[in-house]
Order: sequence, then C-alpha cells, then structure tokens
Amino acid sequence: MATTITMPQLGETVTEGTVAQWLKKPGDSVEKYEAFVEISTDKVNAEVPAPVTGVIRELIVKEGETVPTGTPIAIIDEVGAETPAPVGSGSPSEQVAAAAPIIAPAAAPANGASVTGANGTSNTGANGVRVSPAVRRLAREHGIDLARVDGTGDHGRITANDILSAAKAAPSAGVAAPAVAGAVAPPSTAAVATRAKPSYAGARPGELIPLTQARRIIAQRMVDSKRTAPHAWTMTEVDVSNVWKWRAREKDAFEKAYGVKLTLLPFFIRAVVESLVTFPLMNSSFTEEGIRVHPEVNVGIAIAADGNLIVPVIRNADKLSIKGIALAAGELIDKARRGRLGADDLAAGTFTVNNTGANGSILSAPILVPGQAGIVTSEAVVKRPVVRDDDSIAIRSMMNVCMSLDHRVVDGAVASGFLSDLKKRLEAMGPVGSL
Amino acid sequence: MTATTQQQTGTTVMTNVEAVRTTLHDALVRDDRVLIMGEDVGARGNVFLITKGFLEEFGPERIVDTPLAEASIVGVAIGMAMEGLRPIAEIQFADFIYPAFNQIVGEAAKTRYRSNGDYTCPMVIRTPYGGGVRGALSHSVSIEALFYHVPGLTILAPSTPADIKGLLNAAIECPDPVLFLEHKKTYRSVKGEVPGGYYTIPIGKADVKKAGTDVTVVSYGYNAHQALDAANRLESDGVSVEVIDLRSIRPMDKTTILDSVRKTRKLLIIHEDNKFGGIGAEISAMVAEEALFDLDAPVRRLAGPDVPAMGYALPLEEEFLISTDEMVQAMRDMAKF
Repeated sequence: MATTITMPQLGETVTEGTVAQWLKKPGDSVEKYEAFVEISTDKVNAEVPAPVTGVIRELIVKEGETVPTGTPIAIIDEVGAETPAPVGSGSPSEQVAAAAPIIAPAAAPANGASVTGANGTSNTGANGVRVSPAVRRLAREHGIDLARVDGTGDHGRITANDILSAAKAAPSAGVAAPAVAGAVAPPSTAAVATRAKPSYAGARPGELIPLTQARRIIAQRMVDSKRTAPHAWTMTEVDVSNVWKWRAREKDAFEKAYGVKLTLLPFFIRAVVESLVTFPLMNSSFTEEGIRVHPEVNVGIAIAADGNLIVPVIRNADKLSIKGIALAAGELIDKARRGRLGADDLAAGTFTVNNTGANGSILSAPILVPGQAGIVTSEAVVKRPVVRDDDSIAIRSMMNVCMSLDHRVVDGAVASGFLSDLKKRLEAMGPVGSL
Repeated sequence: MTATTQQQTGTTVMTNVEAVRTTLHDALVRDDRVLIMGEDVGARGNVFLITKGFLEEFGPERIVDTPLAEASIVGVAIGMAMEGLRPIAEIQFADFIYPAFNQIVGEAAKTRYRSNGDYTCPMVIRTPYGGGVRGALSHSVSIEALFYHVPGLTILAPSTPADIKGLLNAAIECPDPVLFLEHKKTYRSVKGEVPGGYYTIPIGKADVKKAGTDVTVVSYGYNAHQALDAANRLESDGVSVEVIDLRSIRPMDKTTILDSVRKTRKLLIIHEDNKFGGIGAEISAMVAEEALFDLDAPVRRLAGPDVPAMGYALPLEEEFLISTDEMVQAMRDMAKF
C-alpha cells in the first residue's frame, strides 16, 4: 500500500516548509518513527519521522524547495501489503528476529551466562545492521555515513574501530563513496553535489554562496529592525573583579556537578533581569496601540551556530537563580549547537543579551530583535589600571556593557538609569555568594 | 612456614595463607588492641593453620576460642570495637556467617550512623569463601552479594599475597567494619612476592593486573587469576585483554573500571558468586549509566549459575565453576564481536 507523505505543519502559524535535506533516497527502507526528511521553516529545523514502515518509492519535492503545508512530498510503499518488499525490509518483528543472532552469539551454557539479548529498541544503521551506542556516537562525531562502512566485526557488524579507520581515511566531509557492489539505486537528490558546495562556514574568495532559508530570515529581520526602530546607543564600563573571582572559585565544582561550564554570562543575565524588574519599560514593545509592558521577563541569548544567528529564549529568567540561568542557558546553547532548538525555544523573548566578549570584542552596537526595546552586550573582560574613589590606582578586571534601545519606547534617562543600575548590581556581586 | 626470603629485592615469596598469617602476626605484635576470636583459632590454630602458635605466643586473652555461635562472635567483637579494641573476628567458613547476619548488617554497619558518629565499629571479620576445593554445600559458598547491598560495610576480596597484606593492614586500621574475604582455593595455590615491612593499600582501589586494548575483564578472587591466565593465553593470538582485579568490592573503584571500558569499549565481568543480583549486575548497571555511548558490545557476565549450592560430586562442582577455557572463549568472542 502506498502512503503519501505531505508537508507537515510545524507550528500553528506556519503555512509552508522547505525540504532542507532528504535523509533517505528512493529504494531505501524506512522504519516507522525513523526520521526520513529534514524540514526547515523559519529558523526551526525539524527531522520528520516516517508514519509507516516501508520503502521510499518517490521523493516528490527537491531539496531546497519550499511548498505549502499539505503538499505531497514523498510516497512510501508500506511493507506487509501487496507491494513486494526488497530484501532486508521485513516487518519490525522479523527484523528483530534476524538481528538477534548477531547480538547474541551462542553463549557458554555451563554457567547459564548469556550475552544480553536484543532489547527491541531500534538502533539500526542505514544498512539495516544494528550498531552499538559507541559506533553511533563515533559515526556522528566524525560525520561518517554508516551505510558506507564495511563492518569487520562478527557477521559483518560495524565496530567502533571501523568508524575510527573510516574517519582516518576520509578526514571530515564524510567517506568518499566506496561504491557498494551492485548498488544501482537511482541517483538521489541527496547524493548529488554534496561535496565542495560553497558554504557560509567554508567561504572562499570568488564564490557565490547561495542563501539558506535561515540566512534570508536573518537578513530580513535585521533590515526590518533597523528600518522600523530608531536605534540609540549607549555604554557603560563595569568593574567585574569581584564577580570574576566568584566565578573562578565556583567554576570547577560547578562543571563537575552539572556538566555545564560556568561562564560570566549567567551572572550577567541575573543582573540584567534584576534591572529589568526595576525598569519595566526596558522590557516592553512599541505597538500602534501603545507601549506594551511585558508581564514576563524572557531573555534571549544571541548565539552563532552553524553559520546562523539564533536567539533562543530563557523564559521567566527573573524567577531563576544564577545556577538556574546557567543550566537553562547551557541547555539552549547545547541544543543550538546540535540543531535541535524547537519553535518554543525561540519564541516569546522580551529582551536580549549578546555575549560579544566571547569573541574578544570590547565595544559593539547591536541591532535590536524586532519588537524588543533593548539589547545589551557583555564585552570582553580586560585588566586595566583604574583610578579609584580614594585616588589610588588599582589593576581591576573591567568589562564594557553596550546597549542599543528602541528610542520610540525608551528615552535616554531611562536607558542610562537602567545601565547604571545594571552596573551597580554587577559590581555588588561576589567575591563570595550563593549561586 | 616455608617463606623464602629474597634479600636483593626486600620482598618475600609466600602463599596467600602465609600472607594472612604473617600480617595477623605482625598486627598482634604491633598493636596491643588487636585480638583474634573465632572457632578453633586458639588450640587448633585455625583449620587452615593460619593462627598456629598464636595462642602460645599471645595468650588466651588475645587469641580467643569461641563456641560455635557466629552471632556471638560478631556481637562480642562489635562491643569490643565500640569500646576501643581492634578485634579480628573469624568466621570459620563463609557458609557459617548467616547466624551473624543481623549483627553485621543490623548492628556493625549502622553503629556510626545510629550514634551520630559518637561510636564507630573498627572491626574486621575475616572469612574464607569460594569453591573448587571439594568443599560441598557448606564449605564453598560466596557471600559477597548478600552484604554488598549494605551501606556502612566495606567488603574486600584481595587475590594475591601482596594485596592481602596491604588490604588486611588497611582493614585493621579502618575505623568502620570490614568484611575481609579470602578465597580458599587461592590459599595455597597462589604464590607471590610480598614487600617487607608495614604497608597498607588504599581501600576502594582496583588493580589493573594486565593492560590491554580489546576487552576489559573485571574480576576478583580466584577468578582473577584464571582471567589473567586466559588473557595471557590470548596474547599470542593477537587478542589484547585488560584484566582488572577489583580487590575492593565495596567501595567499588568506578574510575578504574570506566577508564578501562572507555578505552576497550567492551566489558566482561567474571565472578564465581551467583549471576542474578551479583556484583556483576551492579558493575554493568554502573557502566550502562556512565559509559553507554562508549560501549561497542553488550556487557557480558560469566558467573555462577542460579542453583542453591555447589555440589560435592566433581561433575557438579565443575559445572558450577567457570573454567579458564570458558573465559578464553568469552574473551575471544567479545574481541571478535
């Protein structure tokens, strides 16, 4: 039986989607719930699971093409119906049965000790052979396509060493097609021209880099923001010596306990949200009906990931401790790096923080996220000689904090009040305290 | 004793039983608080002759023959320990420890906690365990898993003379109760060099007896020696097996196990005690929790079968025990997997 797959609606307001990448090609078998296509809408990329187990008959929409939701994008021949199934694409239970002997070879019977049997979870490589957690992880880390690796283990199993050898043979960019004997699958769109395509990350002189969906959206937002919101800019310098010491004291234990690096960012965000609570006008939006002062403090963090600018949001950041902020930010950054941010992670921001100092900047003029009244940057922490109140000169860890503001909403007095408040809060933090 | 001194290295070659004997002897000489109590430890000099001559040398106040009453042996020792002595209670065979279960689990292990640290229980319970010596139903049992579940207890099971000396000294020094297991088949079959003078080995440290790259084997007791033999046999076939001797069953040395598994990506656990709910279950759960994405093969356990006891008849005993050949086969299979 043929099942037609349509462009899913990934979000309530979404009307169209782009096929970012086909994960299967015609003739490939696919299991129910196995991801077979990557769809991008707006800034969210989502892998879409197959609704049935079967074999891909046709991919209707090309990679890069955008179609309205509900448009047919692929046809899957369901297994178990009249359509003859290709070898190796039996029903799930048959597959488990076939794979079981590979996992559990005859065990020494004398002690009743047998290898742990098949656990029923789907853990197959593209060639239908089960792979171990180590193999799966190493393949992902080295960008190796499991379908192109010849297994040297028992019954042709792909071993961890096979992946490491493949990675050594073809550093980055996957394994160069080793030509599977007799494979005559029709050339799929996925296989065409995946190498040396001009890309944002690997830009070379003279190239024309095609615009990705995400890049188009970034561009549009930047232009919209600059055109509609009159940006004003201000800056202050902050003595972060004490909070810097505090962080240094806590960071090793924190990383050990939570697996997240403790940077200055959560301390900074904590101070920002406290100031936002004191200056609610900074946490508002300009609308034709009036200035909407937001009931929640949802702080976006600007992140560069995979050649894109993404701003995931920590919801209700004013309700979180420094530790809570660090963990929430750590999770969002990790998701961003792995391309796993969902629509919810990106929505509802009311103010944005940009950690420009991470790249060494000491001064920047950020562009507002459309609809928000302010964006602040934490610049690089640098040691400088500072003349203190008692006229002594001391070496202190200093950081600039820059802010762009929507001058329709906020005037200089409020903005300066906000920045001075933020400065005071940051300088009062540490050198000891509770996270 | 037949210990031969090797002057040039400052070590002495001795068997496991000699290591226990000399370490106990030195402790009695070194520390007046140390005393030994148990069935046949005095006049008989212990059934393995470990304490032969001790009664004459140290007197009946420090070498105490007890009735056949294990609950009393441990219970009296607990009282001595709480009041400042360093008793070493002997359970003649691990198979006899059950009457003392309540004293060990309900009292000794909880003394520090219950008294909020006012009292500790610095005692050692020594007992020979394990089969392979035609000991039949009541002289062959392994008991470690029964006590493994209990916080407050330290369980040691060293397999070489040098480890026995270092860990028995550490056990006597330990401020809390230690169950010290001696595999009786290793008593006279295992010989090794033992450094002279007093030393301790830290409790909770496993020992990599042989480094390797293809498979990690975790074992202890007599099985550890078999595993080492098996690994050495496979070396000529190009199979490189890392053998870890746990030595300390609780606390367990997670670091050494995880470091090794992350290197070899394969784990085989071998113990003579019953498989179900055994030490291997805990190790494999720990590895699954902490290193799943480093595993390139299912964790495998070679362990005793789930039958009530080891039979006396040779075929029954052999059926129960894990042979070195089986270990070789399991290691080979895992390396090939």
